[in-house]
Amino acid sequence: MLRLSDLEKHFPVRRGPFRRVVGHVRAVDRITLSISKKEIVGLVGESGSGKSTLGYTVVGIHNPTGGRMEFRGQDLLAMRRADPRAVSKEIQIVFQDPGSSLNPKRSIKQTLELPLRVHGLGNRTERLETLKELMRTVELPEPYLYRSPSALSGGQRQRVAVARALASKPDFLVLDEPTSALDVSVQAKLSNLLLALSAELELTYLFITHDLSLMRNVATKVAIMYLGKICELADAQTFFAEPLHPYTQMLLSSIPVVSAEEETLKPKHVVPRGEVPSPVNIPSGCSFRTRCPHAMEVCSAVDPEFVEVESDHEVRCHLFAGIEKEVRARAADA
Amino acid sequence: MESRANVFEVRDLEVGFRVFRGHLRVLDKANLVVEHGEKVGLVGETGCGKSITMKATIGILPIPPAHISGGSILIDGRDILKLRGRALRHTQGLLSLIPQDPSASLNPVFRIGTQLADAIKYSTANANLGRKAIRKRSIEILSEVGLPDPERNLASYPVQMSGGMKQRVLIAMALVTDPLLLIADEPTTALDVTIEAQILRLMREAVDRRDVSILLITHNLGVVREFTDRVYIMYAGQVSEEGATSDLFSTPLHPYTQGLIASVPKLTGEGVASGIEGMVPDYLDVPPGCRFSPRCRHAMPVCSEKPEMRLPEAAHGVACHLFSPAPGEEKPCSD
Repeated sequence: MLRLSDLEKHFPVRRGPFRRVVGHVRAVDRITLSISKKEIVGLVGESGSGKSTLGYTVVGIHNPTGGRMEFRGQDLLAMRRADPRAVSKEIQIVFQDPGSSLNPKRSIKQTLELPLRVHGLGNRTERLETLKELMRTVELPEPYLYRSPSALSGGQRQRVAVARALASKPDFLVLDEPTSALDVSVQAKLSNLLLALSAELELTYLFITHDLSLMRNVATKVAIMYLGKICELADAQTFFAEPLHPYTQMLLSSIPVVSAEEETLKPKHVVPRGEVPSPVNIPSGCSFRTRCPHAMEVCSAVDPEFVEVESDHEVRCHLFAGIEKEVRARAADA
Repeated sequence: MESRANVFEVRDLEVGFRVFRGHLRVLDKANLVVEHGEKVGLVGETGCGKSITMKATIGILPIPPAHISGGSILIDGRDILKLRGRALRHTQGLLSLIPQDPSASLNPVFRIGTQLADAIKYSTANANLGRKAIRKRSIEILSEVGLPDPERNLASYPVQMSGGMKQRVLIAMALVTDPLLLIADEPTTALDVTIEAQILRLMREAVDRRDVSILLITHNLGVVREFTDRVYIMYAGQVSEEGATSDLFSTPLHPYTQGLIASVPKLTGEGVASGIEGMVPDYLDVPPGCRFSPRCRHAMPVCSEKPEMRLPEAAHGVACHLFSPAPGEEKPCSD
């Protein structure tokens, strides 16, 4: 459905009186990822990893500086140049904070009606019917159409944001941390709604988040991002059965969990250390080497390539170069 | 050590707000105890009264519209609601706050060294130190919290630091006054998980090394489970359950606690939980008695009376009518 190949988004860093370009922040750096229909791809990373930039690039908020994006086999950029509206009808986004992504001066009805007007869907009465149906879809009572966002709770606002994204009947949704601003009990309800919608309306999600435990329960495929690059990409089942990249192991072992059974699933041996380096000044070679417990000489010289350890499980790490069995074994019991 | 008063104790605290719409009754006889050297968690969702408790304690509750209509807050055995002036400042000086958002909590126009020096100068523990002594103390405390290159960082501005580094500086500022009690208000919410793990380890080390207790206020159940010895669960201004952390997580008794723990996405991959129906009540019109009853699966007529905190097991209390000692009462299945 969506195929990204070598996608790049670099931001120039300007300094001095003439705003000279002194460097680049490689927010998204040669990302290759393909998403098939009805998949829920979890894009997981810490702040500054470029996961949101990638999502924004897909929906067209940023223009990529390199690489290709294909949507249903066609060049997405060319499609967007030819008819931006047709693309935005198909690809929509739900933002993180519903408090700031909804216009406080507009009623819910006005907010939801705008995409229908923009895409010329229906006349006034038909639109009202669509709005009522949208409210049912996201399980909100109809009279809420005439309220303002300030009269709704955080979870309800996020439902409105989901309804707005669904208004034009898209096939593909970018969800940018849709649940992270919510309390756990509300978060669970919204995640359920999103799952039900994807099944019912055959939606495809790019689910951007920092919450690996949530992805364990939601995603069909997981991509871990670090400093603009994907470092591990796998089918969700395989991924959680055997996380391979040292960064993934560090992430997993840092998650605070609520039960003893979960504790046994975490890789115990990794002690988290260090902080994400500045994206202006990314370490040479493998960008994770400054925090990696397994860092070797080769890591500072050569940026590792993706290794397909098994089918549907790719890792970008020198530990797995050549997929030698003993190396894998060593990483597992190190 | 001879037995001393509890470091921190909140007794039957009632806090309300008088606003245009009416009278909001937020805290409803909240009780809380932190003993010496204990790591205690206070958990609840947004709007449950966690921060109100914290603000009342450190004296930044906006009065009016807020007013404290009853109860007491004891720090080292003295009721700060009855103290004034120097005595109040001295008692409040026994506690330190680690705030939530490290970026918003440091002044962007002053260097780290200046801000840390202020914390040292105005604390009773370090009174009358000279410039050099203050600098020495600053470097000591910054290395204790694991800030790299403390001497150079004294001259840094907050914008030059990452979130994790700023939180380390704030922990240093909290520890430098040699407090009896640290109140950490969502100390890791703004941080990434790998940084969070490091900050929690740092706080745990600080507590173990010093004679200090900690009250960790958070909505993150995982953090509480990993960090604390004892937990209080708060819902809509009432303490609904309390107990040793391991007991409370292995056998949660209160329906709210059960729902809360079930709502957290699990690494075991059991699918997404259904969450808890309904939402936190409006404080203008709180349900009488148990405030959770409108959302509770087990709600009974008796729930319109406030349940007392009971102790069905030692050191594990629950405020729920399901655990009333009346004979023939149906017990909830522990799901």
